[in-house]
Amino acid sequence: MMYSEKVMDHFMNPRNVGEIEDASGVGTVGNAKCGDIMRIFLKIEDGIVLDAKFKTFGCGAAVATSSMATELIKGKTIQEALKITNKAVMEALDGLPPIKVHCSCLAEEALHAALWDYAEKNGIVIEGLEKPVNDISEHENLPEEE
Amino acid sequence: MDKIYYFDNAATTRVSPEVMEEISEYFTENYFNPSSICTPAQKCKEVVEKARGRVAAAFNADPKEIYFTSGGSEADNWAIKGIAEAYSGKGKHIITSAIEHHAVLHTCEYLESKGYEVTYLPVNKEGFVSLEDLKAAIRPDTILITIMFANNEIGTIQPIGEIGKIAKENGIIFHTDAVQAAGHIPIDVKALNIDLMSMSGHKIYAPKGAGALYIRKGIKIKNLIHGGQQERGRRATTENVPGIVGIGKAMEDAVSHMTEEAERQRKIRDKIIDAITSKVDHCWLNGSRENRLPGNINISFEFIEGESILLLLDMNGICGSSGSACTSGSLDPSHVLLAIGLPHEKAHGSLRLTIGRFNTEEEADYVIKKIPPIIERLRQMSPLYAEFIKSENKEK
Repeated sequence: MMYSEKVMDHFMNPRNVGEIEDASGVGTVGNAKCGDIMRIFLKIEDGIVLDAKFKTFGCGAAVATSSMATELIKGKTIQEALKITNKAVMEALDGLPPIKVHCSCLAEEALHAALWDYAEKNGIVIEGLEKPVNDISEHENLPEEE
Repeated sequence: MDKIYYFDNAATTRVSPEVMEEISEYFTENYFNPSSICTPAQKCKEVVEKARGRVAAAFNADPKEIYFTSGGSEADNWAIKGIAEAYSGKGKHIITSAIEHHAVLHTCEYLESKGYEVTYLPVNKEGFVSLEDLKAAIRPDTILITIMFANNEIGTIQPIGEIGKIAKENGIIFHTDAVQAAGHIPIDVKALNIDLMSMSGHKIYAPKGAGALYIRKGIKIKNLIHGGQQERGRRATTENVPGIVGIGKAMEDAVSHMTEEAERQRKIRDKIIDAITSKVDHCWLNGSRENRLPGNINISFEFIEGESILLLLDMNGICGSSGSACTSGSLDPSHVLLAIGLPHEKAHGSLRLTIGRFNTEEEADYVIKKIPPIIERLRQMSPLYAEFIKSENKEK
């Protein structure tokens, strides 16, 4: 098996799969062309991430990094959440094969995109957060009609 | 070990008991170099020649037209580079198709870097090249047409007889990569006007590391591997005696059981295709339903990605393969699925299952039972599926 046991565990039993109805922030990154799309939903109250959920189209590593990223962000303050890097996600998963490192980058970007969306919705500025480059609009990647 | 449901026979096969029995002595007591003078070495030379005869007989070829190689990729490399160089005085144009194996495509790209011109014929949505396109691509300087017999991913069998006829009428050499077809469907190199044909042993229950190239008498070809007088001076390297004996035995076995075995595999194939495409929504069969390899299934599932499907199948003991980018080691999904017109996101969600001699109906039933919940599970995780459902509800 090319993946660590932790990666396989988070792929086979992904934590936090789903959507949050009235999410404080939603971030979607990646594109279907490359085979990975991650969408992360955050519920934030009083500056604390109370809940996180995800939906992901992608390979085993994409699912596992989404699962781990949402686990890591839960219960964190916004400033702590910003410090969750792709490296932190990878380390928490006991590593990824080199060709899968981009999945952990997508997970970091998805978290940032969700925080950016939260900041925009609430008209606040989160110090140290830059506009995510990889964010994609809601319907850009809908599959064409048959 | 838990039971393995092996549905990746186009990748490789196990060595059959009959082949194993015949080759084992050539690893141990009969280990001699066929080029040596000593008496026991002569037996090794004889069995190599016997194998050559068996391979030739499988395709209505002459034994002198069969050259053993290290496998299908070497045979493809040799055929294309060897012809390109030998006939460069006549021209430097080659015609191939967009869905060839990389052993052909990358060899053609290499030749492009050496000043050759290559036309890559497109294919239609079932994976067939058009004979009209082929005729239109022929130029006075065309020296080689190389088009695969049957596709490794989607199983489409090309109209090889017609392609051979067009090549002959135009005085152009015709090579076909028959790695997936040889031993599975009937091939007569004379009737089909094939000048060169690549084949491989490990797709038909012989060991890995043994292949062959058929080169019709009278065809000029430059050598690829220099260094010895083996293979009538055309391909150096001490003969891989066990491998060669293996491919000879395997080819003979394959041809003698071909009709019944193809029929048996077709039945299993069609059962799986019909069951999956009726039980699962938003999926379809890639390739031709009629002109298809007996053991090939290739289904695309919308909204999900292939590697995830393979991992979940693997958890259930099922081995398959996919055309997704993650399994190709690049960002692009399979060139074959893109060539038949699938957009990227749909090409990522393909599953290939390939049936072999050792698969049973019971195994097919197990696969049919396991696949639908795996697809459903991944779709429940997919943002693309969520958006699709939302847009469907809106329409209602």
